This record gives sequence, C-alpha cells and structure tokens, in this order.
Amino acid sequence: MPKPSYNGTTYRMEAKALILKGYVHKYGANVDTDVIIPARYLYTSEPAELAPHCMEDIDPSFQLRVKPGDIIVATTNFGCGSSREHAPIAIKAVGISCVIAQSFARIFYRNSMNMGLPILESDEAVAGTEKGDELEVDLTTGQIKNLTRGLTFQAKPYPPFVLELIEAGGLVEYTKRRLQAQKAKS
Amino acid sequence: MTLAEKILAAHCGRNQVSPGELINVRADMVLANDVTAPLAIKEFRRLGVSRVFDPQRVVLVPDHFVPNKDIPSAENAKILREFSREQGLVFFEVGEMGIEHVLLPEKGLVVPGDVVVGADSHTCTYGGLGAFATGMGSTDVACAMATGDIWMRVPPTIRFLYHGQRQKWVGGKDLILHTIGQIGVDGAIYSALEFDGEAITALPMDARFTMANMAVEAGAKAGLFPVDEKTLAFVKDRARRPYQAYETDPDAQYQEVRQFDVSTIEPQVAFPHSPANVKPISQVGRIDIDQAVIGSCTNGRIDDLRIAAQVIKGKRVAPWVRCIVLPGSPEVCLQAIQEGLMETFIRSGVAVSTPTCGPCLGGYMGILADGERCVATTNRNFVGRMGSPGSEVYLSNPAVAAASAILGRIAGPEEVM
Repeated sequence: MPKPSYNGTTYRMEAKALILKGYVHKYGANVDTDVIIPARYLYTSEPAELAPHCMEDIDPSFQLRVKPGDIIVATTNFGCGSSREHAPIAIKAVGISCVIAQSFARIFYRNSMNMGLPILESDEAVAGTEKGDELEVDLTTGQIKNLTRGLTFQAKPYPPFVLELIEAGGLVEYTKRRLQAQKAKS
Repeated sequence: MTLAEKILAAHCGRNQVSPGELINVRADMVLANDVTAPLAIKEFRRLGVSRVFDPQRVVLVPDHFVPNKDIPSAENAKILREFSREQGLVFFEVGEMGIEHVLLPEKGLVVPGDVVVGADSHTCTYGGLGAFATGMGSTDVACAMATGDIWMRVPPTIRFLYHGQRQKWVGGKDLILHTIGQIGVDGAIYSALEFDGEAITALPMDARFTMANMAVEAGAKAGLFPVDEKTLAFVKDRARRPYQAYETDPDAQYQEVRQFDVSTIEPQVAFPHSPANVKPISQVGRIDIDQAVIGSCTNGRIDDLRIAAQVIKGKRVAPWVRCIVLPGSPEVCLQAIQEGLMETFIRSGVAVSTPTCGPCLGGYMGILADGERCVATTNRNFVGRMGSPGSEVYLSNPAVAAASAILGRIAGPEEVM
C-alpha cells in the first residue's frame, strides 16, 4: 500500500483508486441535503435504492449524464441542511468519485469521511473548473489537475486528526480499536 | 471561556479548551430517529460490542415517518423498537411519542450543561436549555452509542446580542430568521452561537427553543442560551438527572459579536428556497397560498399553538386552503385540548394531527403538488422540501401562518385581528 506523502489523503481504504479521473458536474453555493437526496426516499439507506434519486431535484438531467468516476464541483457550504448520511451514500452510490468544494457544511464533512467519500476543499480548483471539464485528482498528494484546461491546483490538507481516522480505516474501525484497547486494559 | 467552551471543557476533564482544539467529549445523551437510527444500529453492530454504553443515555424517537406512513417506514420503526427492547433503551411508542426536540426537554431527558449528540441536524434545539447539543450523522452517533463519547473540534463562538423590546407578534422565529437573513446560511459555519441581551432574557422558553433550533440553518454547530430563572423554572419538575448550569466568563473571547435592535424587527418571512431569503411582513407583497402548516420541532410547542389559536379564533380558513396543525408532543396536544385551542382550530376548519415531523421534510401529512405554495412554521424551505420540486415553502412564525390561512395569502396577524 503506497505511503501517502500529502499531509492529507486519503480514502485509500475505501477509494478504489488513489488517482481519480472523471468529468465535472458543477453547482453553486449551499447545495443542501434535501436536493442531494430528497426525504421522500429516506425510507431506505440502501445505496442501490438511493443512487437513482441523487440530485434529482436540483439537476433532473444529472442521472442521464453521470458516469462512474465523475466529480462534483461546487462553491460554498456543500451539503448543508439535514444530518442524513444518506446524502454521501447516494453520491457515492451513483458513481461520483469525489466532491471538490470551497467549503462543506460540517455534518456533511463528518459523514463523508465516515462513509469513505473523498471530499476536497480548494478555492482555486473550483474557480478554475467548469461543467464538463475532465479532472484528475491525486488523493495521495491532494493535487487536482484540470486536463481540459491544462491547469493544476492544490487541495487544502486534512487536519491531522482526520488523517488519523482515515489511517485507521474510518471511524468505525478507529472506535473498534479503542474499544478493544479498553477491554484489554480492564 | 464562552458557554460552549465551558461545557466542552467540563466534558473532556479539562480546565480550559480553546477553539480549534480536538477533544474527546463525554456525551450525556445520544439520540437518533426513525430515519437515522436504522443506519446507526447497522454501524453499531459492526463495532463488535453487544451493549450501548448506558441505556438511560441513549434514546430513539420514531417521529419522522411515524405513525408509520408506509411499509418501509413501518420496517424502520420496527428496527428501532426491537433494538430499544433488546438494549433496554428509553423509547417512545406512538401515543407517547412526540417530535424528538419537543419531547426530550419536556421529559427532562436533556438538561442544562449537557453535551448532547443526535443523528438529526436540529439536535441543536437543546441549546435553548444552555446545553451544548449538536447534530451528527448515523455513524458518529453509532460510535457514541457504544463508547459514550465523541470527537469534536472546539468551535469558535459568535455572540449575538439582542436589545430593545419586541414588537407585538414578533417571536423567537422572527429573531432567528432576521439573524440568518443578515449572516446567511453559511454565516456561522462550524461556529457555536451564543444568544444574549435583554431581549433574550425577556424571551419565553418555547421561543428560545425555536431560535436554538435554527442555529444549524446558519451552518452553526450549536446555539446556546444562558441559563436563567426561566430555564430553571422549566427544568425544575422535569429533570431526570442532576445538572450543572455553566456561565460565560466575562472575559470570554468571541470570533465575532453582533448587536440587534429587536424593536425594529417585524415578523419575518423566508422566501423560497433559503431560510436566509427573508423579508419583513410589510414587504411580502401578494403571495397566494394553498396550505399553511403550524407545528414542527421549530414551532410545535404550546406557546406556538396559543398564538395561532388567538389569531384564528372565530374565523374560517380560506376556501381552497388547507391548514394543518401538528402539536409537537402528547403533552402539548393535551394542554391545547384543555385550553380549548383544539376546538378553536377544528371549528375554524383546521386539520389537527397527532405529533409527527411528517410534512416538514416532505414525508407525509401535507405534501405539496407541483406549483403549490405553503406557508409553514418549519425550518427549511429548500427545493422540494415539502413535496414536489415545483412547490414552494415560505417560513414564518405561527401568527403569520395562521393569518395567512385565513386570508389565503401571506399576511400579518394585524390584518385579521
């Protein structure tokens, strides 16, 4: 397993690849969890049942255009609103490989990390990317390349504790280890 | 330290914490509902533990799609019921069930000085009691259910000071909508809010819950009120546990301090599709409506129903308009019956429901068709929030919602009184 050099990757436990490549679906500010996955579908948390409804209220043609590996790019406060973990589940299940935004709502940020959906913050990448551009994202370095425009951007590094969680394989694995250590002590 | 910092410090066994620090915080109460608990229970099972950390400190409330709206909702409620029985948790069955954020303070399950984590974004409501309460996802809550603690980054605090005297018909909803209108839906991203000032001291508990409830609508992690005589009177006969009230230090450091003169604030209406898109009632113009919803974790308490009934009494809901009142809990419902509010509503042509989150999130009990408009005392008016993506939701206080139901267009209570 490659050692991350970037003070900030990586969903390597979850992400199938460390280099993600896909086409951009671009949105503005305050994309809320109700449009990411409307509450009328919250009777289930099954990824396969949520995926066909992802983004349907904000972008009805998204489902026709989206291809595995595609990347969502948005401006500020992505994922605001409800605490539903169904939002990152639906985004991941529909095949989106990562979300790049200027900022994320805090509950969505935690949920994405827990779900293994890579999310990156970068003002420049958002400014320098348009709908339909092809991006290549290196999760080990945080480097974002816009292949269509020949531009390169750098994502903000993750905070060290977030890295620690990722190293452990996510919050459930991290907590499992903590509980086992406590048990061994007692 | 600010109120938020003091509570967090006390819950991680330290004398001092500062914004930005990562801490492991002891949770006094962990909660989830019928949308988020099934996923939390699934993750809990993966942890390889057999019991929750303390069955008296984990509460599951089926309220979103309950009484069961369909077969999948029934299956989810069943998962909560079975897990609660297995673990011996605090559980509220239909009949005792209320909207979680109305119910828990009422039942004394959350108290001042608590740290509460809930798999529901409006968990911040308990800030009305001077608790640090914040919403998280199902996985975070699953881990908290197992360990009784959770990692947090200490948020910076933004202080909002409200001065002056409120105008008639202006409540907590108007103060918070006005505030969100000023700072935007990301104006407080990651911060804790602290509400204070003489206008806050004058605010009844129900209105404080309303304001704390919508802290998340500005992106905040929590929204806290100082503990005063009103808080202590509220918890006196309710608290199921001893509690400690914390106070902000005089030299507390804030990220920002903002002042508001409430005497200039009119009833507010948030237009589609953002809680920050607010206008004072005098500038709303003609907006015809198809439905009015009075209830939710934001405005489903007894004071809210009293205000709505006062406006609606002796009048009729406009032809072609549906007005639905949803009391937030059985206690609110019973009180409304004893005070004659229910009779007022029913004689005026209002439909009255058992407690449920139902219409607020487009679940059931008042879904909107394409092109329909609703004025609602709820908390969000995002695209498709209450039904069809082609429908519109306007957020207001209960007096405006009631007056609008009578006139069939968005209107202030003065027009009908």
